[in-house]
Amino acid sequence: MKAGVITFPGSNCDDDVSDSLKKLGGFEVEKLWHKDTPDLSSFSLIVLPGGFSYGDYLRCGAMAARSPIMEKVREFADLGGYVIGICNGFQILCESGLLPGALAKNLNLNFICKDLVVKVETNESPWTRSIQRGEPLSLPIAHGEGRFVIDDVGYQEMVKNSQVILTYQENPNGSIHNIAGICNKTKNVFGLMPHPERASDLRSHDGLKIWNSLKTQLGLVT
Amino acid sequence: MSTRIVDTTPSTLELAKLLGLSPTEYQHVCKNLERVPNYAELSIFSAMFSEHCSYKSSKKFFKRFPTQGKRVIQGPGENAGILDIGEGWAVAFKMESHNHPSFIEPYQGAATGMGGILRDVFTMGARPIAAMNALCFGTLNYERTPAIVKGVVKGIGDYGNCVGVPTVAGQTLFHPCYNLNPLVNAFTLGVVRSDEIYLGYAKGIGNALVYVGAKTGRDGVHGATMASKEFSSDKELERPTVQVGDPFTEKLLLEATLEAMKAGFIIGIQDMGAAGLTSSSFEMAHRAKTGLEINLDKIPTREPGMAAFELLLSESQERMLLVTSLDKVEPLKTIYEKWDLHAEVIGCVTQGNRIKMTKAGTEVVDLPVDLVTEPLMVDRPSSPPVDLKQRWFLDRNRMLVASLNSKFQSLMEEINFSSPEKLISQYDSMVGNRTLGSAQDDAAVIRVREMGSKEIRLAMKADCNPRVCWLWPREGGRRAVAECAINLAVRGAEPIGITDCLNFGSPENPEVMWQFSESIEGISETCEALKIPVISGNVSFYNDTDGKPIYPTPMIGMVGIIEDKLPLPKSHFYSTQLEIALIGPIEGGLGGSLMASSLFKRECGQPEETDLALLERMLKFLQRLRKKKITHSAHDISDGGLVCSLLEMAFHSPFECAGVELHIPEKTDLDRFLFGETIPRIVIAYDSIERGDLENIASQAGVSFTYLGQTNDTSLLMIRQGGAKILETKIPELKTAWEHRWNKFFK
Repeated sequence: MKAGVITFPGSNCDDDVSDSLKKLGGFEVEKLWHKDTPDLSSFSLIVLPGGFSYGDYLRCGAMAARSPIMEKVREFADLGGYVIGICNGFQILCESGLLPGALAKNLNLNFICKDLVVKVETNESPWTRSIQRGEPLSLPIAHGEGRFVIDDVGYQEMVKNSQVILTYQENPNGSIHNIAGICNKTKNVFGLMPHPERASDLRSHDGLKIWNSLKTQLGLVT
Repeated sequence: MSTRIVDTTPSTLELAKLLGLSPTEYQHVCKNLERVPNYAELSIFSAMFSEHCSYKSSKKFFKRFPTQGKRVIQGPGENAGILDIGEGWAVAFKMESHNHPSFIEPYQGAATGMGGILRDVFTMGARPIAAMNALCFGTLNYERTPAIVKGVVKGIGDYGNCVGVPTVAGQTLFHPCYNLNPLVNAFTLGVVRSDEIYLGYAKGIGNALVYVGAKTGRDGVHGATMASKEFSSDKELERPTVQVGDPFTEKLLLEATLEAMKAGFIIGIQDMGAAGLTSSSFEMAHRAKTGLEINLDKIPTREPGMAAFELLLSESQERMLLVTSLDKVEPLKTIYEKWDLHAEVIGCVTQGNRIKMTKAGTEVVDLPVDLVTEPLMVDRPSSPPVDLKQRWFLDRNRMLVASLNSKFQSLMEEINFSSPEKLISQYDSMVGNRTLGSAQDDAAVIRVREMGSKEIRLAMKADCNPRVCWLWPREGGRRAVAECAINLAVRGAEPIGITDCLNFGSPENPEVMWQFSESIEGISETCEALKIPVISGNVSFYNDTDGKPIYPTPMIGMVGIIEDKLPLPKSHFYSTQLEIALIGPIEGGLGGSLMASSLFKRECGQPEETDLALLERMLKFLQRLRKKKITHSAHDISDGGLVCSLLEMAFHSPFECAGVELHIPEKTDLDRFLFGETIPRIVIAYDSIERGDLENIASQAGVSFTYLGQTNDTSLLMIRQGGAKILETKIPELKTAWEHRWNKFFK
């Protein structure tokens, strides 16, 4: 199965996530360039990696959300294709409207890099189906603008559809309702601030649980 | 109004002096040129003859450094040094200062320092995979310190985080000598195939000279005083002269350049750093013994109407100069355009050893390369301070009168005994997915992912103890190297090379020159003893506060290698049931110790000399410990002595209740035992069943082993001597204070 990892100008976790998907096995990893508009129908997974697309000089992710390839990603997602956005990738997904809400500056205004614990809120998603509900995952974060914000109506809507996937055990950035990761209504698009690719073969192995859930969903693991 | 000076205006001695040239230097230029240089040419000499570019006061001392070794691929003299790490892979690394800009504008100064050192490394074809920084700030009660600390940390973080290079280790210290002159030393390490290294050579007559990266602006041109005196005719000159960093452009430049190298489109390349186009063009021609013709009209500029001297001296960031063959120009441009960057042919490589530049059809520069790149060296007088004996006086009587508790408390309130966590967490220390352990360990460890199954690990550390350097520069130099080596060894690494960043006061001060040469002697002696080559370095002179030189600060960045696959030793108490032992001398010297400084509020005493033979044995001991696979945790004893080392091991323990019970051997000098800082001494903690083996390994290696006590779950630090309790204190309270001491800077 093919996984596509998009490189935006300023992406800096594209190699990390490609490398960890290759080590994981089951995926043939292809790097995709943001200016291209390839046919994505042969892909099983599209990854929007972390980094500082366009230097985060405008709102984080706002420029990248308008890259030529994002039209293709939108079509891919509309057809039910699996899309994951990590850190800056999450910001791009929110800016492109594929996910609700937005990500604002951390409450303490500082960049924060640390290992922390997130709780799995639901296992009724392709991204967490092999994980127990309530299970704590040890994952690192590294971001300056990871405070998830959404209005109350939007939040209630997310709760109703079980779209809140991950929450922080100790909120590092002031995210509303401790939100660390969410998905869209149809659950095929997932955005999260922690970095599962940095917890796949180093520091912790809990990131693998997310990748393995997806592999199960895709029928790569029985 | 003075007459407007243009590029072609013939220079005068007066003008030369204004640009910082000495009469001797100016006469040397005129004599060799057989004419008077014009203003544009004079600007070139002024930049290239500056201390910063020419190393004219320091160069002769570098001969002392050992630079050979079996791993050395590239020694000093290039953008960075390179060491072989096996399997066809190599590492390039260097440390550089950005002190003065960081005082004027902390955020941009630190950011552009980071940008410069990253370019030095990727210029050589190496992908930067780790960064460290060493920061020295003024005291807390100096009003500008908090703003400088915040600005510098944010500058480094915003730049490194954006480019995606993890900041994995560092050293931060505070002392009043840095009040008006903070030090910002940035280190970067990159990984490169040993047969794909690029150097700064303008090779191949007829090849194209290509400018890539950001456009050229007027930032960083000359000193502001000079400019305003001579050229002030309008408000244009109120423009700030500090360079502004753009990490996003740097990231694009990094990716585009590595892509162009991989495609084989680059022959020689150099960063346009200090003195911008001038230094890069002259140095590249100098190395290749070629000439260059440059059309200055081709340089992409940020604004119209820039004079030749401005184009030549601009220090606009994120620019590179490279040489390629004519048939590779178009494909090269395509790569840079893909990354939304400019690539412009601005000239060509020529025969003969001259550089000629034209602007608007007029020749504005015609200079022999070597006259520019081989400045006159300066022999500066050097003499030890007259009050050295006074500095070395340590009032032991007064120290003995002070209670143990008061000495301990003064240390516990030390700004230099603090958790760096609030600072470190602002840097992405994990991007690249290579970082093992935490940035608070004795040394950082990363894996070289590029090597696949043959993967090795690298350890690195930056260190310097300015208190000791001021009291005794030679010992300070020794200790900087020795401490790095110990820090690496406790993590299981074998040191393979160093880079240095020599921060000193004005070289015109004979005491500073003495400090400089003595420090170099100390560094060299220690490197020789340990067989560690010096592969790159940087000198920063003229660091003064209120006319007084900073403490000599020869910062060392050391890299080590871990070729086995064994687990890394820890630097903290991994259990509450461990035995604790001291390896090395039971007592340490108090001269130059942190305790003496905090008790007497000044540096005093003669630091004890590092025993280099013992240091070698200590490194051997640590290697054997590792080979025998004895689970242990080890931590070096430095600032604050044994007591601070033990506390740090408890603070970093995952067990909140971790306590320590310490038994001081009879007839031991308490101060020297608890607070002494002689190198090398280390603390190890281990399971009690290992004690016999440990004692054996220690005696085989020729280092002394002294059982000290054990860890427990009382969360107390309890110190006993001969059954009597001499100190008892609650560790969690000390930890809270230690964690929050830098709150003034960071929320």
